[in-house]
Amino acid sequence: MLFAILSIFVVAALAPVVHRATGRHSGWVLALLPAALFVYFASFVPTVAAGETVRLAWQWMPGLDVQFSFLIDGLSLMFALLIAGIGVFVVSYAGRYLEGHRDLGRFYVLILSFMGSMLGLVLADNIILMFIFWELTSITSYLLIGFNHEQLKARKAALQGLIVTVGGGLALLAGLVLLGVASGSWELSEILAGEDSLHEHALYLPLVILILLGTFTKSAQFPFHFWLPNAMAAPTPVSAYLHSATMVKAGVYLMARLNPELGGTELWTWTLGLFGAVTMFTGAWMAIQSTEIKKLLAYSTVMALGTLTMLIGIDSPYAAMAGATFLLAHSLYKGALFMLAGSIDHGTGEKEVPNMGGLRRAMPLTAAFSVIAALSLAGLPPLFGFVGKELMLEAALGAPDALGVVLPLLAVASAILVVAVAAIVGLRPFFGARPEYARTPHESPGAMLAGPAVLATLGLIFGIFPALAQPLVVATATSIHGADPEMQLKLWHGINLPLGLSLLSLAAGLVIYRFWDSVRAGIGRVMAPAFRVAPERGYDRFMDGLVWFSAFQTRVLQNGYLRTYVMVTMLTTVALVLATFATLGGLEITVSFADILVHEWVIAALVALAALFVATTNSRLAAVASLGIIGFGVSLIYVFFSAPDLGITQVLVETLTVILLVLVLFRLPGFLKFSNPLTRVRDVIASLVVGVTMTAVLMATLGVQYFPAISEYHIAESEPSAYGRNIVNVILVDFRALDTLGELFVLALAAVGVYAMIKFRAEDRKS
Amino acid sequence: MMAGSLILQTGTRLLLPLLLLFSVFLLLRGHDEPGGGFIAGLVAAMAFALYMFAFDVYKARAILRIDPRNMLGIGLLLATVSGVPALLQGRAYLTSLWWDVEVPLFGELKLSTPLVFDIGVYLVVIGTVLTIVLALAEAEE
Repeated sequence: MLFAILSIFVVAALAPVVHRATGRHSGWVLALLPAALFVYFASFVPTVAAGETVRLAWQWMPGLDVQFSFLIDGLSLMFALLIAGIGVFVVSYAGRYLEGHRDLGRFYVLILSFMGSMLGLVLADNIILMFIFWELTSITSYLLIGFNHEQLKARKAALQGLIVTVGGGLALLAGLVLLGVASGSWELSEILAGEDSLHEHALYLPLVILILLGTFTKSAQFPFHFWLPNAMAAPTPVSAYLHSATMVKAGVYLMARLNPELGGTELWTWTLGLFGAVTMFTGAWMAIQSTEIKKLLAYSTVMALGTLTMLIGIDSPYAAMAGATFLLAHSLYKGALFMLAGSIDHGTGEKEVPNMGGLRRAMPLTAAFSVIAALSLAGLPPLFGFVGKELMLEAALGAPDALGVVLPLLAVASAILVVAVAAIVGLRPFFGARPEYARTPHESPGAMLAGPAVLATLGLIFGIFPALAQPLVVATATSIHGADPEMQLKLWHGINLPLGLSLLSLAAGLVIYRFWDSVRAGIGRVMAPAFRVAPERGYDRFMDGLVWFSAFQTRVLQNGYLRTYVMVTMLTTVALVLATFATLGGLEITVSFADILVHEWVIAALVALAALFVATTNSRLAAVASLGIIGFGVSLIYVFFSAPDLGITQVLVETLTVILLVLVLFRLPGFLKFSNPLTRVRDVIASLVVGVTMTAVLMATLGVQYFPAISEYHIAESEPSAYGRNIVNVILVDFRALDTLGELFVLALAAVGVYAMIKFRAEDRKS
Repeated sequence: MMAGSLILQTGTRLLLPLLLLFSVFLLLRGHDEPGGGFIAGLVAAMAFALYMFAFDVYKARAILRIDPRNMLGIGLLLATVSGVPALLQGRAYLTSLWWDVEVPLFGELKLSTPLVFDIGVYLVVIGTVLTIVLALAEAEE
């Protein structure tokens, strides 16, 4: 398992080489990897269908309870199969769609890394591991959406997606940590198997809110839905992948995963039910107003995500079945439709649906698969989408309390709109009069049709023979809700209310399709004021505000005056320290001058006098010299108190300081008086406060010892286990080598920073 | 920058190798006696700084042969890599490993990953100080 996931990243790293070696067939060659993974995951189906789960674990950071642990049950297996299966076609499709693109190699790296992250996310058992993969999907999808990075639109959309999902990711991290603390385990399998319900836990409310913030942003739930349609700026294979099986489904996955533990409360049901239903309707509503084919599909994805969220919220056996079925059906038809949309674009150069028509002769295969996939989207028998829709309506009708009224209403309204959307993308481009196209319409190559063909046909086969999909779907529903004998897949449910609602939505949807152009214009007029308060405006405002605030705080805090930095840093430190002393106490100072020897008095007095002189002198050279006296005085103190290493270091650093000062001294302007008496009084007071506080802290720490000092351990272990007698050095290079390594990087960064500062200024002067 | 005096130049010619030798001595004894990569690095950097004052920046760069910025990179690489052998043995990153090697005529030689790490520290310190000092001195010209 670990090998399976790591193999993707390894292949991703090698992808550009493979691409160069295999040329125009690189798509097919690289698609072998997801194909192999698909077979590997498929081998788990019998086990999982029998109701068992598989858990595999490797140690990673045992001290932090983080390990590479993976869990295969119905839910994760369903997702893994979708990710790998659709991945096969996305990669092979991309090989042809982006043929000749100079960055195709880079594209493979990104899409494969994304695939690996997504697989890791759905398979991870450890919640920290899952979160790491979660963030990896955000980052890789950012790079994928912004693949055409020369376009401002693509960059903007990528950044928007990143900020929304990573912002939510922060909330999610906090939520997951709370979940781990509340449940006492960091493994999903243990959390789900836990006896105690978390419903009564004090942290239940905050952890649910935080986790939902993460999943809602990732899965583009209202009011965060706006980033998803903008993500259309990505190349088509990416859209097909992001929208069908991956990325946006990650949030749905997590909600479904945690439903058995967190679900069942009013908070969970109402939040998911309402937000899901509103998202569902918003998506369908926005879709009907769009004219760009990919945007239509994107909004219908928003609608599907809302539906899934709603179904998870309802939390009944029916809803779980509906969710699992809808998930599979949607992945199949949405993946197909996106690839077909790309195929139309590829064949005609046209993206706007109103400008399309009459393509059925020029692109017969594209037309055929589009119709099949669109029928599934519309939820017509005998397609798999019909099975999902029937279950969905049934589940919505069965929702508790007032939700049982609200949800079906929104569901039917959405269903009507979706029928229209399906007709728009499945019929409009292929029938009717044929307008002029930028390119002479031609059918797409096999690599671009293989995916839609397989996915659309599967939608048909699963619809006619639901029993084929049943084992996996039931296993998935069992993971979401728990086992239930009622869980069965049937194409025909008999004549009942959901069927009636289906027929109603079909009729109404076709009417809307017939008058689509005028409907769109009408909605456009009505909705114009609403767009001014749309959530995306909120995002824009937020970003503007962020930029404004950054500029403001940079002006105030980082104004380029060293004196301001020092003042702010010191006073903040002092304020925090004093606040701690005031609230927690602990300021016990016992001073005894008895043990101090004469020469120590002398050095201390010398240092103090030199410091006073530095602060008052008017000569820069004298100030530097006095600073030297202070430094050497301090190093003498080190030597007296038997810290030769510190003493040597101090002497060397003093010498270095002198060298640096000599180098810059002549470049400084003459000694001018920048400050008026008032600010100097202020500075004196500030220095006194800082000095007195630091002295007090030092004195206080001498009197208090909360823990046994670790130095005892260092002294005892230095020689036997680290083979060194110089404890300072042993600590630096052995006991705490990781700290030192971090400091080395800081040091190197500082050097590079100083270098850049000096060189750029020099260049500025020249030009 | 003005050229230094003849006395300083002659003295520096003699001092530079001595100081560098001393810095290596400090580096190698560091594990048992006062010294170590940090101190040794400062001494070595100072030796080159002295050379720079006695002659000029270009002569200092010439005698250094390697750009101090590259030293930063090499040092970081050494320090980072020194933790890897422990990983390969299935132990925590940066766990120290020791090998005793018998060298004819010299006797026992203690080789270890902390030594590699300390050499990394040594190079980073030299690199940092000289990157800054040389850049400042060049800016002056």
